[in-house]
Amino acid sequence: MSLEKHYFFDNPRNIQRLLKVFYVACGLLVALDFVVHRHTEHYLERLWGFYPLYGFVGCVVLVIVAKWMRGFLMRGEDYYDRVELADRDEASGGGQGSV
Amino acid sequence: MFEIPPFVPFFLAALLALSLRGWPRALVMIAVPLLSLANLWFTPVGSYGQLVLMDFQLEFFRADKLSLLFGYLFHIAALISVIYSLHVRDTLQQSVSLLYAGSALGAIFAGDLLTLFIFWELLAITSVFLIWARRSGRSYVAGLRYFTIHIFSGLLLLAGIVFYSRSHGSLEFTYIGLEGVYGWLIFLAFGIKCAFPFFHNWLTDAYPESTPTGTVFLSAFTTKVAVYALARSYPGTELLVYIGATMACFPIFFAVIENDLRRVLAYSLINQLGFMVVGIGIGTALAINGAVAHAFNDVIFKGLLFMSMGAVLHVTGKINGSELGGLYKTMPKTTVLCIVGAASISAFPLFSGFVSKSLVMSAAIAEGYDWVWLLLLFSAAGVFHHAGIKIPYFAFFAHDSGIRAQEPPTNMLVAMTIAAVLCLAVGIYPQALYQLLPHEVSYSPYDVTHVLTQLQLLFFSALAFVWLNLRRLYPPELPSVNLDVDWLYRRLLPGAVRHAVAGAFRVDARLRGGAVKAVERLLDSVSAQQRAGGILAQNWLTGSMVAGVALLLGVFLLLGLVG
Repeated sequence: MSLEKHYFFDNPRNIQRLLKVFYVACGLLVALDFVVHRHTEHYLERLWGFYPLYGFVGCVVLVIVAKWMRGFLMRGEDYYDRVELADRDEASGGGQGSV
Repeated sequence: MFEIPPFVPFFLAALLALSLRGWPRALVMIAVPLLSLANLWFTPVGSYGQLVLMDFQLEFFRADKLSLLFGYLFHIAALISVIYSLHVRDTLQQSVSLLYAGSALGAIFAGDLLTLFIFWELLAITSVFLIWARRSGRSYVAGLRYFTIHIFSGLLLLAGIVFYSRSHGSLEFTYIGLEGVYGWLIFLAFGIKCAFPFFHNWLTDAYPESTPTGTVFLSAFTTKVAVYALARSYPGTELLVYIGATMACFPIFFAVIENDLRRVLAYSLINQLGFMVVGIGIGTALAINGAVAHAFNDVIFKGLLFMSMGAVLHVTGKINGSELGGLYKTMPKTTVLCIVGAASISAFPLFSGFVSKSLVMSAAIAEGYDWVWLLLLFSAAGVFHHAGIKIPYFAFFAHDSGIRAQEPPTNMLVAMTIAAVLCLAVGIYPQALYQLLPHEVSYSPYDVTHVLTQLQLLFFSALAFVWLNLRRLYPPELPSVNLDVDWLYRRLLPGAVRHAVAGAFRVDARLRGGAVKAVERLLDSVSAQQRAGGILAQNWLTGSMVAGVALLLGVFLLLGLVG
């Protein structure tokens, strides 16, 4: 391990620093809502914090629904191959990485 | 300036590529898109290359603003993809990829439906070889499915053209609309190629099974030809708005849980097509411009993303998110280029997606499609989530997979750099793209409101990713297959057919068995009479014989009396 070069994200403190910068940026963007006069085209846009909230909630819902979908959509990696490649020796699929 | 249809030099170069090797071939393959693009640039709007065939006027080269823009785009895409695949030592792939690009150019410059049909089928025939070029079992069966679906689309188109020519007496490729049988047949043919919901699995099935370089070609042409055809023949068809909104939303759920990173990009390709289809459906000048501009940008940034993932596959031989991670350590250039593509598709200000996606969104609000606008906004946040963050994160960061792969060959890096520069150039100076658009619209994407709201949306989507990851709520990458509509024809239908055939064999076997048994039983019962104790083996009394004869005579007498 000691022989290998240390990379930026190997240090957890770098990740923490990056995240802090990110949180501050998020806070600033919300704060700008108070300062900047916005030209809105839609009534929802006039609501304070509409875009940040929509982005956050939208993505959380997206991930939770997708996780729930895994429950009934997920199958083993060879689900199709078992049948479709049954008469071939390479039932594990794959192929040449580059040709 | 030569007034030759642009597909001609591509087809000729494909023939040359068959016989050339090494750097002469590379030279031809780079020169053709470059020279042809220069020629196209100086071609004025007009109609060239006409041919009369059996009362129908065929038109091989119709240059108007719409077709010219797609023409420039396909030349750029061909050039980038050719450079990206220069290291490939597979003559079939090299030659077929030029034929494929040429077919796409043939289709968009077609002025009549028959020419369109010819190139429509050529697109399918040439592109399937790019899938088979992987030479694996999976790519073979996926290619067969791809080919079947595309030929079916071509047949629908042909049927539509037959009905169309009966009612119109002309074959001009222009506005068609959803009228009559022909309108629906052609709409469906275009829709299959455009990966409408329920017809979308050919894309997610076949593209990720192609070679690292083949997928880059594939992602550029087929679906964009369909977008062009829809923009030409079905602008303002309201149904397209709802189809497009569905296309923009449902694939992002699949993209979040998909493990094969090129398949994630295939789902995200459908999601981006959704924006274009919505734009065409709205049909105003602003919306059509948005759809076309987004098609232009999408080819380049989606190409860049497919190239970066192709590079990862090329150097590591792996493409599943569960097996990758930490590649930024040894592939920093590819990482940066991938992030440029990710920022572009996520529509970050100063990147190309920002200047085209907003055209469609503004058009949706302007025409009162509130719900569609909200759905598009949701999918814009979702795109950032699955394509903008997930792709770079799981390939280059996340947990360290221990793979220490080197950067890909120089030609791949050069191709990716060209695409990245174009993404930034269009993002920073959108007017260059806007003035090529079919309608004249003054639109400025860079006002304070727009930049601020877009940044808010994106940063808080990223915040959701960070929060879910820190809380360990984010679904981990798992080696798996997710069922989609293709399950119907990959599992249910073959299963049902197998079941039906097995059932038929069972019924047949039962019938045969029954018949054999019945014959046996008959033989048994007959032979039983011959054996000791059987009727035929009994001793008969003379008296009973006489009684029998008397009875017989009595019957004769009776019949004689009656007769």
